[in-house]
Amino acid sequence: MARVNRLALALLGLVVFLALWEAAPRLGLVNPALVPGPSSLPKAFVKELISGNWGEAVVGSLGHYAVGLVVGIGLGAIFGILTGMYRTIEALTAGVIRVLRPVPGLAWVPFAIIWFGVSPAAAVFIIAVGVFWIVFFAAFGAVRSVDRDLIELAAAFGYRSGWARLVKVVLPAATPGILVGVRTALGQAWMSVVAAEIFGVAGLGQRMMQASSLLASDIVVVYMLTMAALYGLVDIAFLGLSGWLTRWKA
Amino acid sequence: MAHQMEGLIRLDGLALAFERDGTRTEVLRHLDLTIERGEFLALVGPSGVGKSTVLRVIAGLAHPSSGRISVAPRADGTPSSVAMVFQDARLLPWRRVIDNVAFGLERLQLTKSARRARALEMLDLVRLEALAERFPHELSGGQRQRVALARALAVDPDVLLMDEPFSALDPVTRHTLQDELVRIRAATAKTVLFVTHDIDEAVYLADRAILLSGSPARIADERRIDLPHPRRRDHHALVAATEHIHRRFAGDSYADGDGV
Repeated sequence: MARVNRLALALLGLVVFLALWEAAPRLGLVNPALVPGPSSLPKAFVKELISGNWGEAVVGSLGHYAVGLVVGIGLGAIFGILTGMYRTIEALTAGVIRVLRPVPGLAWVPFAIIWFGVSPAAAVFIIAVGVFWIVFFAAFGAVRSVDRDLIELAAAFGYRSGWARLVKVVLPAATPGILVGVRTALGQAWMSVVAAEIFGVAGLGQRMMQASSLLASDIVVVYMLTMAALYGLVDIAFLGLSGWLTRWKA
Repeated sequence: MAHQMEGLIRLDGLALAFERDGTRTEVLRHLDLTIERGEFLALVGPSGVGKSTVLRVIAGLAHPSSGRISVAPRADGTPSSVAMVFQDARLLPWRRVIDNVAFGLERLQLTKSARRARALEMLDLVRLEALAERFPHELSGGQRQRVALARALAVDPDVLLMDEPFSALDPVTRHTLQDELVRIRAATAKTVLFVTHDIDEAVYLADRAILLSGSPARIADERRIDLPHPRRRDHHALVAATEHIHRRFAGDSYADGDGV
């Protein structure tokens, strides 16, 4: 009953929100050219779809997103795990991390453009930098908090090398913690995608900026909602994967 | 004396100390101990006396400051192996029961199906084959400890090292598992080194019980319990041995000003 009520209230809230949004331009409270009502969106969406712009932008953005994530998660996990496993590496990298860590991801935009030009590689770079730090710290923390008793257990059964420890205990034990970082990174990376594309790399962000310069605000809203929908789908898919990977948890 | 004995494991003048915050603590000083092949030896003593340290040294998990550990090779010349059962079962929570049992087998030259077969055989021995596909969080404390025992037995060790394996269990489960251990030990003829602070448990299970006491720890008493298994818990010989160790235990605690 409580579940049904919550769902009903959520739907009610959404309907009220859409109604107010539709009413505001119709009643002349705001300029319809600046705030397009929801009823104008399907037409704008179909137009973008037929022209092929929507599909192209979605494919472009998802491409940057996927490659940036893979690079950032891969490097972040590798360095985070190594730093967590070996005190020497931690000490060695502490200074570098202290300098680089506070640099906001978007502060890398100038270098991304200098190094890669306005290209997909630049977008991938910016996304990967942001993802790297999140996953790095998640992996480091997760490895550091692996139960020492389990590492001792592995040693008692002859798994004493770094590789054996990693495969038999550290990686499986740290997986839930790393996945928490990856989930945060999924959201962060989506922001980076849009930011990189606003600087001109082809994709949803770029198409949105083009529409805004033509004052096609309905198209801007179509792309905003597209981003929300894509992120929602990615998050649901990730929760499924993550739940399967940690199915052993109580 | 100890040098003339032909034991499976011999500790000669074992010493272990650690330093923390500039204070040096001696856990063991010149401990001599021989474990005979096929013997069930119990090390009993108050908590923190260093019983577990002896096990950890034999398992290679701690390194002595001085002294020697020698483990006699098998008849075919290959080195003898040990396996450990910890107080907390230490099952890997992401592995199903059967894969926990197969843990130690994964570094041997065995096919996956051979590992599985061996693990099932061990689960059968501890009467847990029905739970092979469960995850550890789905088991009771007693069942977890059975899995830990199966995991240790799976690698067919020459010596089974058991570090207070039943002390975290409720009394009924503890008695059941003690009897299970007696049965399994009879079936496998393993050499067992069993650490406990429970004198009744030591006397009930062991062929020989050694009381460690003091700081650094020394052998305060040694009793041989020549009584065939299965035993009656109220057998007069067990009661007498327990009484004797209790008195030594209490006397030493008093002398050390240690109210354990």
